[in-house]
Amino acid sequence: MPESGETILEVRAVSKAFAGTRALECVDLDLRSGEVHALVGENGAGKSTLMNILVGLVPPDQGEILLRGRRLPRHTPQGALRAGISMIHQELLPFREMTVAENIAMGREPICRFPGWVDRSVMNRQSAELLQRLGLDLPPGRKMKELRVAEWQVVEIAKAIAWEARVIIMDEPTSALSERETERLIEVIGDLKRLGVAIIYISHKLEEVFQLADRITVLRDGRRILTEEARSLDEKSLIRLMVGRDVPPRIRKGSPPKGQEILRTEGLSRKGAFRNISFRLREGEILGIAGLMGAGRTELVRVLFGLETPSAGEIRVQGRKVAFRHPGEALAGGIALVPEDRKSSGFIPALSVQHNLTLTNLQRFCRFGGWIDRTREEQAAAGQCRTFSIGCGGLGRPVRLLSGGNQQKVVVAKAMLKEPLVLLLDEPTRGIDIGARQDMYETILRFASQGMAILMVSSDLPEILSLSDRVLVMRQGTLAAEMETANTTAEEILHYAMPVGA
Amino acid sequence: MPPLHRLPWISRMGLPAAIAAIALALSIASPNFASWGNLINVFRQISINGILAVGVTWVLLCGGVDLSLGSQVALAGVVAAHFAHPGAFPTSLPFLLGIAAGAACGLANGLVITRWRVAPFVATLGMMTAARGLALVLSDGKPVSNLSRGFTRLGTGDWLGIPLPVLVFLGLSFFSAMILKYFRLGRYVYAVGGNEQAALVSGIRVDRIKRLSYAICGASAGLAGTVLAARITTGQPNAGLGYELDAIAAAVIGGTSLSGGAGGIGGTLLGALLLGILNNGLDLLNVSSYYQAIIKGGIIVGAVVLDQRRIREESESR
Repeated sequence: MPESGETILEVRAVSKAFAGTRALECVDLDLRSGEVHALVGENGAGKSTLMNILVGLVPPDQGEILLRGRRLPRHTPQGALRAGISMIHQELLPFREMTVAENIAMGREPICRFPGWVDRSVMNRQSAELLQRLGLDLPPGRKMKELRVAEWQVVEIAKAIAWEARVIIMDEPTSALSERETERLIEVIGDLKRLGVAIIYISHKLEEVFQLADRITVLRDGRRILTEEARSLDEKSLIRLMVGRDVPPRIRKGSPPKGQEILRTEGLSRKGAFRNISFRLREGEILGIAGLMGAGRTELVRVLFGLETPSAGEIRVQGRKVAFRHPGEALAGGIALVPEDRKSSGFIPALSVQHNLTLTNLQRFCRFGGWIDRTREEQAAAGQCRTFSIGCGGLGRPVRLLSGGNQQKVVVAKAMLKEPLVLLLDEPTRGIDIGARQDMYETILRFASQGMAILMVSSDLPEILSLSDRVLVMRQGTLAAEMETANTTAEEILHYAMPVGA
Repeated sequence: MPPLHRLPWISRMGLPAAIAAIALALSIASPNFASWGNLINVFRQISINGILAVGVTWVLLCGGVDLSLGSQVALAGVVAAHFAHPGAFPTSLPFLLGIAAGAACGLANGLVITRWRVAPFVATLGMMTAARGLALVLSDGKPVSNLSRGFTRLGTGDWLGIPLPVLVFLGLSFFSAMILKYFRLGRYVYAVGGNEQAALVSGIRVDRIKRLSYAICGASAGLAGTVLAARITTGQPNAGLGYELDAIAAAVIGGTSLSGGAGGIGGTLLGALLLGILNNGLDLLNVSSYYQAIIKGGIIVGAVVLDQRRIREESESR
């Protein structure tokens, strides 16, 4: 076991450019054993590129990586694993049909010497020991598809330990975890530190960063801005370092608007997801929906948008009862959705910015039999780009090539082209950087002031607290509480969100 | 960023340049190649595969695949031939019924895929077997011959010196290209193939678009089968074996993505042309058809490799 505090990984003057664009410029980083080293920066700051270089997915143009003083030659993903660098990706892709033990042993299965097949008993025993060492009781014979995302993560960590990782990179590890699971992860990270493992921790959640990190490195525009002991920094100064400017807090003040009722549900239920949800949403109001993962929030939004049908209850838009059979009807009925997962359901990556923006309301530009009037389409798209300040570098550019924040703006602008009465937002700022997040908040507030009714699902409590007029808390598929935001606190919301009897 | 500007140019010009180079080489190697008569011949030879390739481009663009095209060709040919005996019906009837037979198969494919969520590969594999069987049942396993002159003219006649199958092929290409590029339906096809979930959330009736694409693809196969029957003056229940693969190959060489959402008719046209020129030229040079198959296989894979490289470079240039 390495001595705690000894430098094990050194990145020296690494630069990388993609087709002429600088992604990293002369970045240094050193990592000590047993430390949690947070890497923060806006999207596009170069975090992913740096990590991809560390795990051997991308070769650096210049600079070198030293592991315990020795230069890593011919850096490949296999080589990185062997050298003791493992990464826990944000989106995990386990072998779903295989067992926990098979996943942990993947790539280094114990082999019986003579027949050459995998020794399952040894493999299961080793996995069980490993999981135990991490303080976890997962049966090694369980199939991955039966487990939860948080447990997949633990299996990934166990796998890293099995590879005798000295460095574990965690990319937004808590983005899919509940509060409770996050706490568990923090414990595991503590154990890893005691084992002398160095952890690079990437997160947009600064609260977590300060809770966990020993040191913090800030990247901005491909350069290292600084590396500092975490205790000598605070959230405000860190944000300033990340964005290079002050981010003013924005708080929605005053009592909830008393406008006309736009959306109303009565006893809305969907089998296996949520039951008996009744609420109303007024003109110009922002209604936050808080709750843990799996509380049924996303499913509720999906039903409201016609992606799924309710099993009981009713939905009324402006007093009129509606039963949407598919999203096209919901859009026509005045409801738009900004979906939870931008990449998988927000936009069409290969289509241009213009074609994405106009997709929800293409008929507006159509003449005789569906011929698209491209001049009018382009005008509308250009207008949306201005309104939402989308930095897209040309309307003809595929959305795939845009930054995360700009992609999210495209998704929102697309939803807005239909001029909806109700906007459903599912985790509107997940995975986007602080600057883009502020833009998003301003946009949401602007919509509300224009009289739009907004329903916002978010796992980010500060976001709910600062933006919404009222909060609904969902717990295990039911409505646990409804409160005016001005009269509540994060603790109270959490209290209602926590599963009962657990 | 110069590479961004340069790359689309290369990808757009790569295929025409390759075709030009091959054509030039062939016309030097074989003096017959560049004659007007032979060029007409090339187009006549590619018209059937071209019609199928245009049809399958619709399905590929919306993220599917159709393996039943060859069988649909046979079925449509047999159906058309049944109604094309001299003096029995007006000439337009076999023509329309042939197309309808293909469209029905395509629609059935689309329904199985969208209603029961069967993977396109499996659904159309089933149709490939079933439609072939149906063609054999309808024809009793024998070629349907004795067709009216009016009907066979569709395959053998010409207009202003251009063979009718070629005109059908070019007409269908033009029609498809216009819809895919300038009409809402076309935009939706690209959206569905590009990201089905996002298309759904954008309010597009994804299932409808898919069914329609399969039906259009089937109708094209029906058209191809009818033209083929007219050209060989019989409805052959064994016609069209393996045609689907040539059609998909033409589309893929032309840059249409097998995962959907990218490509188009222009590329498919060039892809079909490349395959046709190679076939014709290598025939003229007396290259054995065995070797021809090897060359063709290499080109299919090579085209996709180049395409993948282009996509990779494009996304790295971000």
